[in-house]
Amino acid sequence: MREKRKRFQFCKTRKGADNLAGYLFLLPSLAGFLGFIFLPMVFSLCLSFTKWSFISGLSGMEWKGLGNFAALFQDIKFVASLKNTFLYTIYTVPVALVLGFAVAVIIHDFTYGKTILKISIFLPYISSLVAISVVWKVILHPASGPVNQLLYRLGVENLPGWFGSSKWALPGIAIETIWIQIGYNVVLYMAGFTGINRELYDAASIDGCNAWQRIRYITIPGVAPTTFFLTIMALISSFKVFDQVSVITQGGPGDSTMVLAYYIYQKAFTYYDMGYASAMAWVLFAIILVITLIQWKFGNDDNAD
Amino acid sequence: MGKRKTIAIRTGFTVLIGLMALTMILPILWMISTSFKIEGEVFEFPIRWIPRTLDLENYAEAWNGSFDFPLYYLNTIKISVLSTILQVTVSAMAAYAFAKIKFRFSNIIFMVYLSTMMIPSQVTLIPCFMIFKEAGLMDTHLGLIILTSFSVYGVFLLKQSMGAISGELSEAAIIDGAGHFQIFTRIILPMSRPSLVTLAMLKFIWTWNDYMNPLIFLSTTNKFTLQLGMRSFSSEYGNQYGPTMAAAVLSIMPLMILFLVCQKNVIEGISIGAVKG
Repeated sequence: MREKRKRFQFCKTRKGADNLAGYLFLLPSLAGFLGFIFLPMVFSLCLSFTKWSFISGLSGMEWKGLGNFAALFQDIKFVASLKNTFLYTIYTVPVALVLGFAVAVIIHDFTYGKTILKISIFLPYISSLVAISVVWKVILHPASGPVNQLLYRLGVENLPGWFGSSKWALPGIAIETIWIQIGYNVVLYMAGFTGINRELYDAASIDGCNAWQRIRYITIPGVAPTTFFLTIMALISSFKVFDQVSVITQGGPGDSTMVLAYYIYQKAFTYYDMGYASAMAWVLFAIILVITLIQWKFGNDDNAD
Repeated sequence: MGKRKTIAIRTGFTVLIGLMALTMILPILWMISTSFKIEGEVFEFPIRWIPRTLDLENYAEAWNGSFDFPLYYLNTIKISVLSTILQVTVSAMAAYAFAKIKFRFSNIIFMVYLSTMMIPSQVTLIPCFMIFKEAGLMDTHLGLIILTSFSVYGVFLLKQSMGAISGELSEAAIIDGAGHFQIFTRIILPMSRPSLVTLAMLKFIWTWNDYMNPLIFLSTTNKFTLQLGMRSFSSEYGNQYGPTMAAAVLSIMPLMILFLVCQKNVIEGISIGAVKG
């Protein structure tokens, strides 16, 4: 009886009704958030301090404290995966960004048929990574793929071994990624250009600035927020690179393309070493968190103007 | 600067970037061309872009071979459509709550949502895998659909656009005695149609192309999605490049056609997400 009255009061006021409605509308999303993000996160943090093979059941769980994290840096494969992930980031992010910007400027200011050019360059980005990776694997076939045949005709003597050599496999994957990423960067830069005041360009022309000066002093500062966003997003996604590696090389030859996300997957779902894999996942998270915090710190300055 | 000179520069750059755009789609054209070739022609150099005979053998091999592509199509369409509908609905409801209802802790909850946006899925996948195993949702389409139906990004995108809708109409509706459900379905949803379409498009593309989630959560061959099928096909047919390229065409083409039809929505959606993100 008392409870019933309480509920009645809860709904009587506008505020009470809003509270109820708010939570009802939020309910499905909140359930998903708690079930698939929040609780798993807590669970995963706990797991990272244990040794636990999935097969041994809950009773086989063993507390290890910081043992997993200490073991990580003794693990040659993990160190290799960390190094490769950083290398891959250095190969892909700057090149895709600079090329994306250059192409966007040229398309925007100096060409006819902007839309069709933009769409063709964007096509790789929406294509399935699995299929695209399979295609690249054949295109970069060391002995008879079209790229190496072309290089051979051009007189290149030491043909790159691409996915068959530990020296060229990672650059091969990086080239594929750059190819995919350019279209995305072009589209975002072109959206960024619309935010720049056109009068600035007119004023600059009257003052006798040439095309390069206009780009240097108006366009580049004008799209700084876009550049910042793209850099952060590219950094984050390159630290999570998985599909290309899984389809093309599975981390090989040797450990030359072993990257963090793929090693985590292998440990967790091939060897069922859940505790160790969780510890690695938290290292990955820590790296991404640092990048995000940098964005947060500098991003706020950019948004001020 | 003379007008004629400007036109010359423009044409020059159009040709230059046009060539680059062509290079960008060259691997895709090569894939299509190879998918019609017999094995001996595949690595012919200089590349023969138009095969001597348009051989449909490769497609027959991919379509009827040891991997059941028609079934993978059905599976992928089913998973993509259902999980898109579910995610758009769930996100729209949450976005409405955050944007249009004043309730206790709404700001705090929204902040918590946003703060988890950067968590890599590698962190949450392992516990989700175990939860699903306990709940009997492993290796089911239902499990995969539920897992991919929640996204902070979707809530964020829709909240931005619903927040921009003026409150006047809703207030008038409240005076006429309408509840939140009516306001949501009759006023807010129709007015935020463009962003709903955008989210649906992006989500559909992501789910169609998703590889890691199906890889972890599906294990039976006849439950595979197109991407898993493509992966298995390429490892089994390893050196038969013609059929492999045919399979790649099969898994890329539907989405590419969809994109060419709706490219404006997709490109706008991606740009909006960035400008506001």
